[in-house]
Amino acid sequence: MGIVDFLKGAARQVTTGGKVYKLWVAVLIAMIAVGLTGYAKQWRVGLIATNMRDQVTWAFYVGNFTFLVGVAAAAVLLVVPAYVYHWKPIKEVVVLGELLAISALTMCLTFILVDMGRPDRLTHIIPGLGSPNWPSSLLSWDALVLNAYLVVNLSVAVHILYRAYRGEPYAKAFVVPVVLLSVPMAVGIHTVTAFLYNGMAARPYWNASILAPRFLASAFCSGPAVMIILFQILRKTTGLEIKDEAIWKVAELMAYAMFFNLFLLGAELFKEYYSRTEHLVYTEYLWSGIGDKRALVPYAWFAFFASLVAFVIFLVPRTRRNWLTLNLGAVLIFAGVYIEKGMGLVIPGMTPDTLGEIYEYRPTPNEWMVAIGVFGLGGLVFTTLVKIAVPIMQGTFRAPGAPAPEGDSAFAAH
Amino acid sequence: MSPRDKLPVVQDAPSPAEAAAETEWSRRRFLQAGAATAALAAASGCKPSSVVEELTRRNFKELKPDDLQALLKRLEKKYSEEYGKTVTVSANPPMPGVNFGYGLDLSRCIGCRRCVYACVKENNQSRKHPQIQWIRVLQMEKEHGVDLAHATPYYDPELVPEPGHFYMPTQCQQCRHPPCTKVCPVKATWKEPDGIVVIDYDWCIGCRCCTAACPYGARKFNWADPELPAAEMNPVTAYLGNRPRPKGVVEKCTFCIQRSRVGRYPACVEICPVGARKFGNLLDPASEIRQVMERKRVFVFKQELATEPQFYYFYAT
Amino acid sequence: MRFPGRMGTLTAIWALASPLAGLAADAAHGAAKGPSEASLEAPAGPLDIQAERPPFTEGIFPCSQCHDHPGDPKPRQLAFHEEIQASLHHGPPTRWCLDCHDNAKRDFVHLISGELVPFTESYRLCGQCHGDKYRDWRVGVHGKRTGMWNGAKTYFLCVNCHNPHSPRFKPLKPLPPPVRPQDQGFTSTPLPPAKQEKAP
Repeated sequence: MGIVDFLKGAARQVTTGGKVYKLWVAVLIAMIAVGLTGYAKQWRVGLIATNMRDQVTWAFYVGNFTFLVGVAAAAVLLVVPAYVYHWKPIKEVVVLGELLAISALTMCLTFILVDMGRPDRLTHIIPGLGSPNWPSSLLSWDALVLNAYLVVNLSVAVHILYRAYRGEPYAKAFVVPVVLLSVPMAVGIHTVTAFLYNGMAARPYWNASILAPRFLASAFCSGPAVMIILFQILRKTTGLEIKDEAIWKVAELMAYAMFFNLFLLGAELFKEYYSRTEHLVYTEYLWSGIGDKRALVPYAWFAFFASLVAFVIFLVPRTRRNWLTLNLGAVLIFAGVYIEKGMGLVIPGMTPDTLGEIYEYRPTPNEWMVAIGVFGLGGLVFTTLVKIAVPIMQGTFRAPGAPAPEGDSAFAAH
Repeated sequence: MSPRDKLPVVQDAPSPAEAAAETEWSRRRFLQAGAATAALAAASGCKPSSVVEELTRRNFKELKPDDLQALLKRLEKKYSEEYGKTVTVSANPPMPGVNFGYGLDLSRCIGCRRCVYACVKENNQSRKHPQIQWIRVLQMEKEHGVDLAHATPYYDPELVPEPGHFYMPTQCQQCRHPPCTKVCPVKATWKEPDGIVVIDYDWCIGCRCCTAACPYGARKFNWADPELPAAEMNPVTAYLGNRPRPKGVVEKCTFCIQRSRVGRYPACVEICPVGARKFGNLLDPASEIRQVMERKRVFVFKQELATEPQFYYFYAT
Repeated sequence: MRFPGRMGTLTAIWALASPLAGLAADAAHGAAKGPSEASLEAPAGPLDIQAERPPFTEGIFPCSQCHDHPGDPKPRQLAFHEEIQASLHHGPPTRWCLDCHDNAKRDFVHLISGELVPFTESYRLCGQCHGDKYRDWRVGVHGKRTGMWNGAKTYFLCVNCHNPHSPRFKPLKPLPPPVRPQDQGFTSTPLPPAKQEKAP
C-alpha cells in the first residue's frame, strides 16, 4: 500500500546519510539520553530536583515553553508573504516553516509535561476524560490551541509532502484555507500564552496590557532567526534551492518586528520608571537589581544590546545582505529574545514574590539535563521531518511509479 | 448580681502557657520518627489496583455519594496502613446558613509563630524537603506600616515582639473572587458555599498556575514526597482538608475544614496566646467576627485586586 | 450538644452582650447583698459556655484559711506575698493590694463600690477601668475562646492571659523561622549564603 511504501521510504531516508548527518543525529540522541536521565531523577524525587520553590514557581521549563511558543508562531511569518502575497521565493520554504512549528510545538508540549507535578494526570485536562476549566482557565485554552495548531501544521505539511511524494498536486481547496487559518491561529497561540501571564493580577509585572503585543513582536524575531540559519545549512548540505531574496526578506521582516519589540520595551520602561509606583520593583530587579540581589542584571543588559545590534544589522540592507553580519544578527537576536522570554519575563514576574521576598533562582544541573533532552527531542523531530521533506521537495524521494517533478517546484497546486 | 454575668468555671483546662509549650518544636523527636517512617515507606511498594483506581477517578464534584463513601473507606484503609494508626477521612458538606469569616488583630499579634506550628501539626504538612507552612508571619516595620518591601518572614530574635516592629500573619484569604480557581485548568480547586476554597488533591495536576495566580502567597506545592512522621500525623482528617497529600500537588489553608465543618475553631485560632485570631459565621450577627466588623475597622490585604477576601485584618487597639 | 448550637450561643452572647443592662442590674442587686460563700464550683448557667479557671498557685485558695480577720489597710512592705508585691506593676506606683483585694473577706476582690466579687468573676473588676476591653471581651472581640464556634466554648478569663499583678504581656521566644527556599532541597543550592534579613 502507498502509505506503507512511504513509511518504508521515509525510514530509509532518515537512516541514510553522510558522516556529518550521522554525527548530528548521534548528538541529538545523546541529548535525549541526558534528558531522560535527568527526568528519571525528577520523576523519582519530584520537582524538588529543580530549583523552583513556592517563591519562584515557574522558571526554566516554563520560560523555554514560552520562548518556543513564539518560535512555533513565527512559522506564520513565512506563510503570509507566500500565500497572501504570492511571493514565490518564499513559497517553497513554507513547508519548512511548518516543520519547524511542529518541532517547536513538540518541545512546548514536552516542556509543559516535565514541568507538571503530576504528569500521570494529564487526562484530567481532556474533555470527557477529565474536567477542563473552560472558558475561564487560560491554560486549558492553551492546551486546546497548541494542539489544534499542531494538528493544522501537521495535516498541511503531511498532505503537501505526501502528495508531492506521489507526484500529485496538493488539494488547494484544503491547503489554502487551512494555511490561511494558521495565520490567526499562530497569533492565537501566542496571544493565549501571553494572556496566561497577563491575567494574573497577583503579578503586576505581567499584568500589563503590553504583554500580548510584546510576545508577538519578540516571537516574530526569534522564530525566523532559526529559519535563516537553517535555510543556509539546508542549502549547503542538501542542495535545496532557496533564493537569497527569500532569506533577506525574512530578515527584513524581522527588523520591523524587532523595532516594534524595542518600542514596546521603551513604552514599558517609561511607564514603570516615570510613574514610580510600588510595581517598579520588578523592573528594577531586572535592570538594576535590588540591594545585593543582582543575578539577572547582566543578562538583561546583554539581551537588550544583542537585540539592538541585531535590529540595526537587519535594518541596514548592506549588513542584512552580508552573510557574516546576517548570521551574527540571527544569533544575537535569538539569544536576545531567548533571554528576554526566560529571564526577562518569567523570573522578574515572580521576583520579588507576592509577599515581597526575593529568592534568586538559577536552574539546577538536573533542569539543564531535562532541557537539553527536550531540545534534543525537538531537534530530532525537526531533523527527521526535514530529512524526509527535502528529498521530496527536490524530487529524489518519490513513490515508485510516480511521475518526475515538472518545473522547478515539487509542489504543484491542484 | 445578675446571673447573666456569671460564667461557670471549667476544671483542669490547660493554661495558655501549657498549651504553648505543647507545640514546642522538637527536632530530635521528628528525626527519629522520620527515620522510622522512611524505612516503612521504602518497604511498602505500589499496588497495581491503586494505579487502576487512579486512572478511573473522577473529579470530586462529579462523584456519586456511594462512590464517595467507597473512596473515603479506601483512603482510610490506605492511610491507616501507612501511618500505623486509625485514620478517619471525612467529607462533611458545608453547613447551611454558614459563610466563614476570619479576623486577625494586628494590634495583638506578637509574631510568636505558635499558629504556624499548630497548623502544621493539625493539617499534616510536610515537615521537610520541603517544609510546608500554610501560615507565614511577616515582620513589618512600624516606620513603614504594611509595606511588603520592608517585610520579612525570617525574623529570629531572642524575644518577640521586637521593638519598632509589628507582625502580620498571612494565609489563604478564602477570596470571594479567587484568582486561583479561575486559572486552574482542571477544576481541581473551587470555592465551597461556606466560603472555603478547597483542593481535590487527587485531581490536581501540579501545574502551579494557582500558585502563580495567588496574590497572597497562600498556595504551597509538594515539591517532593511529603515527609510526615507517623508519630506526628493527625489521624482526624478530611478529604478536602488535612489528609496526607501526595507528591506533586498544591495545598493551602482550608480554615481547618475538618474542624470548622463540625463546629470547632481552627487550630490557629485556639493556639494563639494573645487572642489575635477570630473566627465565626459571617451570617450570624452575634458571631465574634461580625462583632469585630461592627466594633472595629477591618481592612483586607491587597484590596485593590478586588479579590474580596473572607479574611479580615483589624486593629482592636 | 444539649442545646442547639446556634441557639445556645445566641443565648450566651445575648446574656453577655448587654453590658449596660448587666451593670445596671449589678448596681441594683449588688449593693443589697454579696455572696455568702466563696466557691470555685460552677454556678448554674448555660452549660455550653464555660470560663476557664482562675490560675491560682497550688494551695493558695481559699485565702481565708490564713486571712481570718481584716488586716492593716495601710500601704506598706509585706512580709508574705512579698514576691507579688515586688512584681506588682499595674497602673500608678501608688497601687496597693487592697485596691482590689477585699480586706475583710480575702476570698473576694471588690469593686469601687465595695461590692464583693468572687475570683471566678474577676472580669467585672477588670472591666471597671478597662471598660472597652471588657465590652470587647464579652462578645469575643478581645481575648481567647476555644471549642465550638457555633456551640460549647470555653472563654478565657482576663486573668488566664493577663497576670493581674503584672498584666502586660512579656515577650515570648518565637518558634523557628521558616526554611529558606534555597535550603528546601535535599542539598542546599550554591546561592549566596542567606544573611540575617534586614530591611533595605
